[in-house]
Amino acid sequence: MMQAADLAAIRAIITRAKRWDMFFSLLGILSLMVGVLTFTVLFVDMAIQGVPRLSMDFFTSFPSRRAENAGILSAWVGTVLVMLVTALSAVPLGVAAGVYLEEYAPKNWMTDIIEINISNLAGIPSIVYGLLALGLFVYYFGFGQSILSAGLTLALLILPVIIVATRESIRAIPRSIHEGSYACGATTWQTVSDHILPYSSAGILTGVIIGMARAIGETAPIITIGALTFIAFLPTAPFAGDPPAGLFDWIFAPFTVMPIQMFNWTSRPEAAFTVNAAAAGFVLVFMTLAMNGLAIYVRYRLRKNIKW
Amino acid sequence: MKSLKIAAVVAGIFASAAVHAQALIKIDGSSTVFPVTEAVAEDFQKSKKGSVRVTVGISGTGGGFKKFCRGETDISDASRPILKKEMEECAKAGIKYVELPIAFDALTVVVNPKNTWVKQLTVAELKMMWEPGAQGKITKWNQINPAWPDAPLKLFGPGADSGTFDYFTEAINGKSKSSRGDFTASEDDNVLVQGVSRDNNALGFFGFAYYDENKGKLKAVPIVNPKGKAVTPSIEAVMAGEYEPMARPIFIYVSAKSMDKPEVKEFVEFYLKQGGKLAKEVKYVPLGDADYKHALDNFSKKKTGTAFGGEAEIGVKVADLLKRNPKE
Repeated sequence: MMQAADLAAIRAIITRAKRWDMFFSLLGILSLMVGVLTFTVLFVDMAIQGVPRLSMDFFTSFPSRRAENAGILSAWVGTVLVMLVTALSAVPLGVAAGVYLEEYAPKNWMTDIIEINISNLAGIPSIVYGLLALGLFVYYFGFGQSILSAGLTLALLILPVIIVATRESIRAIPRSIHEGSYACGATTWQTVSDHILPYSSAGILTGVIIGMARAIGETAPIITIGALTFIAFLPTAPFAGDPPAGLFDWIFAPFTVMPIQMFNWTSRPEAAFTVNAAAAGFVLVFMTLAMNGLAIYVRYRLRKNIKW
Repeated sequence: MKSLKIAAVVAGIFASAAVHAQALIKIDGSSTVFPVTEAVAEDFQKSKKGSVRVTVGISGTGGGFKKFCRGETDISDASRPILKKEMEECAKAGIKYVELPIAFDALTVVVNPKNTWVKQLTVAELKMMWEPGAQGKITKWNQINPAWPDAPLKLFGPGADSGTFDYFTEAINGKSKSSRGDFTASEDDNVLVQGVSRDNNALGFFGFAYYDENKGKLKAVPIVNPKGKAVTPSIEAVMAGEYEPMARPIFIYVSAKSMDKPEVKEFVEFYLKQGGKLAKEVKYVPLGDADYKHALDNFSKKKTGTAFGGEAEIGVKVADLLKRNPKE
């Protein structure tokens, strides 16, 4: 009799625990849906409006006062070039800083202060970076309102993300690999270049992509440093034009980017421009998705090569 | 990777001289003037087959003048005349300029199409609605006119940073930026269009182009002009000088230094010759032919300075403006 009563009590506990389990998984699904559904609704709405507008001409035309002739050529080229400058400057700086903090930096109060500051940097509103860049890059260094200034501004913006991602993925490497490498007499640099970087590159890449995905949609700092709204020419290609341009002339060219073009179109009186804005938005989201897709693919390939 | 980047920067700095040598006209300023300037820039570049590059930014009239007076731009778009403070800035930097009116914008007062009671509005009635003292007190339509219904008065207007707001408050309340604060404000005129079209008791104001594109959703209110005639906003009414005091001239300011560049001179001449046609296309009101000729004449004679003396004026004729002796 005693035993049967115990059994019933245990069964009741199990049922209750399972009910909570069920409840939490439902709660989790609902929470997930908030994000996913919001994105889906926005994306589908934009796609329904914008996709019929997409054509080859849309990608190869400059902005125009006539909605049906207007295109995003200067905007997408601007976005791609700015992202290129951002990646080329933020990735080496961010990874180097992350590696230094993890592998080289002495553990003292200075390092602690630096670490706290880097975490705080990630929370600074982007407009503040824009104002800093206006003073520093545009006027003090004299880079002007150029692709270079914009790329460096966004690089500053995503630097904390890359540093933190680098450190996290380095920490995920088993401590024994460090110890093993040092035990064989390797220097810190040998350990970093032969073991740490290859093993953490997948995680670093994820951080880079998250940062870039943030940067690609940024408008405020880019407007602050003086991106233009109407621009119907492309930066000079290397060694093109008359007189022939240098290899890097394009980084000093005036530019516009996708979010600015979209913003301008949504504020126009003609309804047809709203359709253009939706189409441009679709392209921008697609660019971000493509970047994320590429990152997942590369991460998968890199992970396959790790053997431990 | 890093050394490559340093090399890039160094190479770029040495090569940048070549970029600056290419003919480039930099324009910035008002978002109200932007559609006209954009249209002119588009056609000008086509007519030059891409040999001249034109960029147009939107920093607002004030932001545009800041860059202009630092010598960063060749031409500044302005939806109001240059102010005293900006004149001083320009003078300090040694920037002289020619002020050219290029079109009119007709400020349009709109109500919901279901609003059957408002047939016309006088400046005095608009003042009752919008003056600072009306805040929290004038909240119903029948407070303006007892014949109107006892319905809430919902007001919509552009934000305080816009030149449209400055001009409207100057024209209606007699002082720029002096207005009640309890109305729905948005820098995006499409938000105002949405607001008025969804509320039967709404009243709002914005530039004519936004009304013209949304005629089905909005009703423009005829405004009683100083001669006592109620005038519905239209391109014809503004050109005839009857839509007063709500028609305002918009301007471009050309830096005298930039006028020595042949491409800038050519661009401005193109602007004043084609501007009227293009302004109409983007729903702005062109000046009279004689005014464009007069402006062209002032431009070629390099008559620098402003006809306003650093303050806005309501209801001044463009022909008279162009005849004035500009001050610096």
